[in-house]
This record gives sequence, structure tokens and C-alpha cells, in this order.
Amino acid sequence: MNIFYPLEIFAEFIVYSVLNLIEGSHLAESLVFIIADLLKIFILLFVMIFLVSYIRTYFKPEIIKRKFNKNNISYYFGASFLGVISPFCSCSSIPIFIGFIEGGVPLGITFAFLITSPLVNEAAIAVLLATVGIKATIYYVISGVLIGVIGGLIISKLKLEKYVEEYIYKIKSKDSVKLKETQKQKVDFAFEQVKSIVSKVWLYVIIGVSIGGFLHGYLPEEFISDYLGKGNIFAVPMAVLVGVPLYSNVLGTIPIIESLISKGLPIGTGLAFLMSVTALSFPEMVILKKVIKVRLIAIFVLIVTIGIIINGYILNLLL
Amino acid sequence: MEIKILGTGCPNCKKLFDNVINAKDSIDSKIKVKKVEDMVEIIKSGVMSLPGLMIDDIVVSYGKILSVKEIEELINNKK
Repeated sequence: MNIFYPLEIFAEFIVYSVLNLIEGSHLAESLVFIIADLLKIFILLFVMIFLVSYIRTYFKPEIIKRKFNKNNISYYFGASFLGVISPFCSCSSIPIFIGFIEGGVPLGITFAFLITSPLVNEAAIAVLLATVGIKATIYYVISGVLIGVIGGLIISKLKLEKYVEEYIYKIKSKDSVKLKETQKQKVDFAFEQVKSIVSKVWLYVIIGVSIGGFLHGYLPEEFISDYLGKGNIFAVPMAVLVGVPLYSNVLGTIPIIESLISKGLPIGTGLAFLMSVTALSFPEMVILKKVIKVRLIAIFVLIVTIGIIINGYILNLLL
Repeated sequence: MEIKILGTGCPNCKKLFDNVINAKDSIDSKIKVKKVEDMVEIIKSGVMSLPGLMIDDIVVSYGKILSVKEIEELINNKK
């Protein structure tokens, strides 16, 4: 059952009854799509950001870093999971990265966090869930966590500790204080996060949904299947190579991917593109440069890029 | 009393800074307010989630933007 059915009925009602547009026309089809999508996206953004922010209040990296002290596989999953719930922007993942290394967390586990942190985030989960659907969203989260875990394990095996800047190992931090928080403070924090993220992204979402809606109504069906369908073996790496340097707003990108998927773009290719847009960004590399040597950054970029491409192929085979 | 805001210049850190200024002006404008933007200094204090807040070199909050009211309470508790 489609729980969003009432929203679609509502969108149709607005377009056909209130605006009085003719059923079946390109403009009307696009508008129904845009209105229904926007309603779904904003409802889910609210719910997901609230939930994840609330969960986050129970997992403070300051406290967790003392536990991730052994090269144990479960800590790779733990760090990758922390990456999923960690905040939205890359400016907050670098201090956690440094704090982990300084706190004695093994490099591989630290990278499991660093890889997943931008790769999977709650806002993207919300928009994917609202547009592409639950199956693709689950694959997105699970494969994102796995890319982080496997990437971290590879970096651990390669023994790259010497490519971390010396001064990081010399920092001696004070023990972090555990701060008491009341339930009310946790809930207030989660609301605050909803407000702050939605106020930052709403415009990109509207732009993305409008472009997606336009494509939905006007893009010919054959276009995608002819050029980017499963028949084209190079579609996944091409999508990733376009996506990596593209540092656009991911939330605006998802509705566009949605409409391409509805026109026949394989889901694996769509998710590969989505992940490549978010996973690696130029500003993040610039900050990382202060912390790790270029060689390790290059290995990191390579592992993530190849991971996303392989994942795209696997998902295309599975779905 | 000295209040330090730990943050690398992200929008959230600026917002916390503004809130701190508002809060201290309403209590005692002589309280010193300082920004700590150096990443190593921030990590040394044990804070990883930004922005963080210290009063007299003790961490009182991290990872969230405190409201003016919350900061006022913290200042009054420390006095």
C-alpha cells in the first residue's frame, strides 16, 4: 500500500479541480508530480531529521572515541553508523576525524566514519524515501554503510598511518566531559536541527523537484533507455565521473534522479550518481589537506570512487 | 569570567557567538568573550562536535547552538 496516496489525491485535486487543468496534458502531469513530491519530501524531511537528531543525542563522538580503541570489525560498523547519524555538513566531520585519531582510534575505523559521514545522511534518506521509494532507500543506507566499512578495512590493511600529519598524534586532549541532557533538551535540539536544516535546503528541494517534474512531463521515454539503460555497461562509471566533481546540493539532485528512474534509469546507476555527488567534495579535500598527506587523500578518493562504482553495478544486478 | 566559543567559522558557530554576546550583555558586559578557531586548540579541549562552549576553561556544551536563555542560565550558575 502506498501511504502517500492521500497526498497524490490532494495534488490531483489541486491541479484538476482548483487550477482546472486538462487531465493528461504535459503541464498538468508535471504539476501533479511537483506538488505531490514537495508535500512528501517536506513531511519526511521533518520526521527523519527529527528522529535522527534525537538519536544523535545518545551517540556523542566525544564519548564514543574512548570505546573504539581496538581494530575490531564491530567498531568499523559502529563508526560507519556514527557517520550516518552525524551532522549534515563536512565542516563537522573533520574535527571528529582529528579527535578520533588523537584519541587513539585506529585509522581504518576513523576512515569508516569519514567515508560514510557525507555518503549517507538523514536528509537524503528522507528525500529518497519520499521520491524513489523504500527499497532504494534501504539499499542506499546499507550499501553506504558497507562502503565505509570496507573502505576503512582496506585503509587499515594498507598501513597508511604515516600519511597522517605528525602534529595530530602529538595533540593531547583533555578527557571529554559527559554533559547531562534532559529529555526536553534532547527534543528541543532535534526540533532546532529540523528548523536549521530545512531552512537551508528548502530552496534546493523546490528547484530540484521542479526540474524533476519538468523532465517527468516532457522527457521522452526512450531517451534514458537508449543512452543510460542497463544495456550501456559504461553508464555507472560515467554517472560517477560526472558526479564526483559536481558539488551540488544533493537534496536538489534526488528529485531529478527520481524522474530519470521513472523514465527507466536503473536504480543502481541513479544511486551511484547520487553517492558520487555527496561523497567527495572539493571543500572537504581542502580541509583534509591540513590533516592528512596528499597521498592518503588520493587513496581515499580512489577507494570511495571505486566503491561507489562497484556498488552501482551490484545494485543494477540485484534490482 | 571568560567565555570561549569553539568553532571553525561555520554558520552555526557564528550564531552561537551572537547568542553569547546577547546573553552576556544582559547580565554583565564586562564578561570576556573569545572565539577559538584553531582546530588543534579545539580538539585539545576535548570537544569534537561544533560549536562548543567553555566558561572559565570548562566545557559546558558542545554540538549545539544554545539559546540566549540557556547561556544566561549557564553564566548565572557559574557566578
